[in-house]
Amino acid sequence: MPSTSPGGDAAGLGRLRAALFTAPALLLIVAFLLFPALWTLYLGVTDYRLTGLAAADPSTVGLDNFERALNEDRFTDSLWLTVQFVIGSAVLGQALLGFTIAWLLRERTGVLRRLVEALVLLAWILPSSVVAFLWIALLDRDDGTLNALLGTPGTAWLLEHPMASIIVFNIWRGTAFSMMLYAAALGNVPPSQLETARLAGASTWQQLRDVVLPRIKGHVLTNLLLISLWTFNDFTPFLLTGGGPDNRTEIMPVLLYRTALHGGELGYGAALSVLMLLANLVIALVYVRLLRSRTKEPAA
Amino acid sequence: MSWVGGAVAVGLLLAGCGGAGDGTGDGTARLTISANAVAGGKNAEEAAWIEEWVIPRFEQEQAARGVEVSVSFEPSGVDDEQYKTKTALDLQAGAGPDIITLDGIWVGEFAQAGYIEPLDAAQLAWDGWEHIPEAVRQLAGFEGELYGIPWGTDGRVLYYHKGLFAEAGLPTDWQPRSWEDILAAGRALAALDEVIPIQLNGGTAMGEATTMQGVLPLLAGAGAPIHDGTRWLGAGPELEAVLGLYADVYGGGLGDPLLQQEAQGRDKSFQRFAEGRVGILAEGDYLWRGVLDPDSGTAPMADRDTAVGYAKIPALTPGAGAGGQNFVSMSGGSVRVLNPAGDHPELASELLAFMNSAEALQAATDGQDARITARTDVNEIVLAGDPMLSFVADEVLPLTFYRPPLAEYPQVSLLLQEATARVISGTDPATAARTYQDALTEVVGGAEHIAGR
Repeated sequence: MPSTSPGGDAAGLGRLRAALFTAPALLLIVAFLLFPALWTLYLGVTDYRLTGLAAADPSTVGLDNFERALNEDRFTDSLWLTVQFVIGSAVLGQALLGFTIAWLLRERTGVLRRLVEALVLLAWILPSSVVAFLWIALLDRDDGTLNALLGTPGTAWLLEHPMASIIVFNIWRGTAFSMMLYAAALGNVPPSQLETARLAGASTWQQLRDVVLPRIKGHVLTNLLLISLWTFNDFTPFLLTGGGPDNRTEIMPVLLYRTALHGGELGYGAALSVLMLLANLVIALVYVRLLRSRTKEPAA
Repeated sequence: MSWVGGAVAVGLLLAGCGGAGDGTGDGTARLTISANAVAGGKNAEEAAWIEEWVIPRFEQEQAARGVEVSVSFEPSGVDDEQYKTKTALDLQAGAGPDIITLDGIWVGEFAQAGYIEPLDAAQLAWDGWEHIPEAVRQLAGFEGELYGIPWGTDGRVLYYHKGLFAEAGLPTDWQPRSWEDILAAGRALAALDEVIPIQLNGGTAMGEATTMQGVLPLLAGAGAPIHDGTRWLGAGPELEAVLGLYADVYGGGLGDPLLQQEAQGRDKSFQRFAEGRVGILAEGDYLWRGVLDPDSGTAPMADRDTAVGYAKIPALTPGAGAGGQNFVSMSGGSVRVLNPAGDHPELASELLAFMNSAEALQAATDGQDARITARTDVNEIVLAGDPMLSFVADEVLPLTFYRPPLAEYPQVSLLLQEATARVISGTDPATAARTYQDALTEVVGGAEHIAGR
């Protein structure tokens, strides 16, 4: 079947050869994405366990795992904690702080800018385990640096304010990405427009609202989409608190780990991960819709 | 040329799937031993013994018979739960070391999962079995079969700091006869500055240490072990008494509730005890030989032998313990098993027997690292120099209890930990006991598996 018409086959390969070229990539996708996803779906409807009788001979339990998750306080609590964590550390914390730093540094050059950027970036690129160790040392009850600085000996920050601790930690950890993205976005705002606004007597707030924000709205949404998803799936807080005390920092990835690997309930854990995937899809969908409505606006 | 790269990648993948090669290309058989032990960290002596004694001697012995074998050690230095997870994942994948050290309590669930197999007739004919008492053998047993060779056992006691006791006006040769005696000593110690009077492990962060060092010996002391042979213990006067003691300690200012929630709480409790900032600490003999040891401990205490006292754990009141006992304890122990997926089952089996020979256990416990082994013939020799371990072997082991080797146990243990966590954070014992009972019914599959009430 010759199909070398210029309109349908720009490369002129023919269907068979095109299929051959894409086959390795498709095989990899099937092996590493499709198969694990389907396998997780299958595991989610079994009572498969890490040890014990159900490890040797798992049986299908239908949708019991999903029903159990939705009825279990521990799951709904965890979902709520994750929402707090995402909104607190990503949507508000990283995005606002990142923007603030980018805005303050936008016209600066030289040592100060490079120093601030280097420090913020450093927090981002250090390995999680190293960072967790530093923060445990910082927040430790007995010999913690923070207690020494504030003169509050004996305050167990990770136990008394666990959620606040991991939110602050994650803001510190992840702000670099928002900062860099916003710095690039601010470069796209024509200086002439800002200048005009300033000459017209617009305050800083008015400049931000009427000149800058409309220009970088797409960047803001893309940034929020990415950092929300990353934060939703972030496991690093486990290294600080282990999900404790009393499950008060048991965000979804931690719940999943504790259920599936620590507790050995692989089937139930698989069901939880499917639910987590759905939550991710919801987040992505919301942002994508917002992005689309934004791109339609100028046309309308 | 990108399809070439893709095809190569796929080829590598497929090769990777098939390859569990044992590296016998040069004719040398390779064996691996794993244990939750690491040089310079957790159970450092065990790691040193495996690396410096077992491996070279076994390789020599085999070489003398013309067998080329190379043994390596895979160390770990993590919480027992993490080690267990890692090992279970290894075995599930049909991989992992040839000889694996397990906590005896995991044998049941690993056996049920088909990860480990019962010993065969030749392994059961091993001449070492006659030196291992029946109760200790059962550490490796499940439903009438033996799955490995137990290599040591232990016991729980109450440690106390003699210096602090003297300061608080308490006797330095202390032996409480009831829980009230413990609380009374705690109240006296509470008068000292910067001292935690009683460290009774509680909460979920401590993991199995809460159950093994806290709830289970206390339950035995209140008259009801956690499992009576047919049914699990539900809510009732015994459990409420145990949770009541937690309420007295942590609600009465005799313990540090925050320490029970910290991720590194148990290690901190060791550190503080070594620094003379904890009065009474309920722990296993591991504390004595693995933690406080002046030479190799993780929280060494130079004056351990003179500063640390130890006493048997008393029943609620004299005679109130299970079986009418005045004093109680809990014991566990580790077991070495063979990996059924190993490439050289016969060599591995020989190595296992070699590691549990009298000579090997004696070397393991030589000098500074005395410990209670599974073999009575070795214990007679190595414990003679250590009064604390002799105390455990002679006085504590006869009155000890073991955990039920059942697959549900880890979940029951977690429920008990959660019950103590609730009491420590202020819930009253009766309510916590009822919550436990409700969850227990689900875990063990119905009220008919729960005793009484």
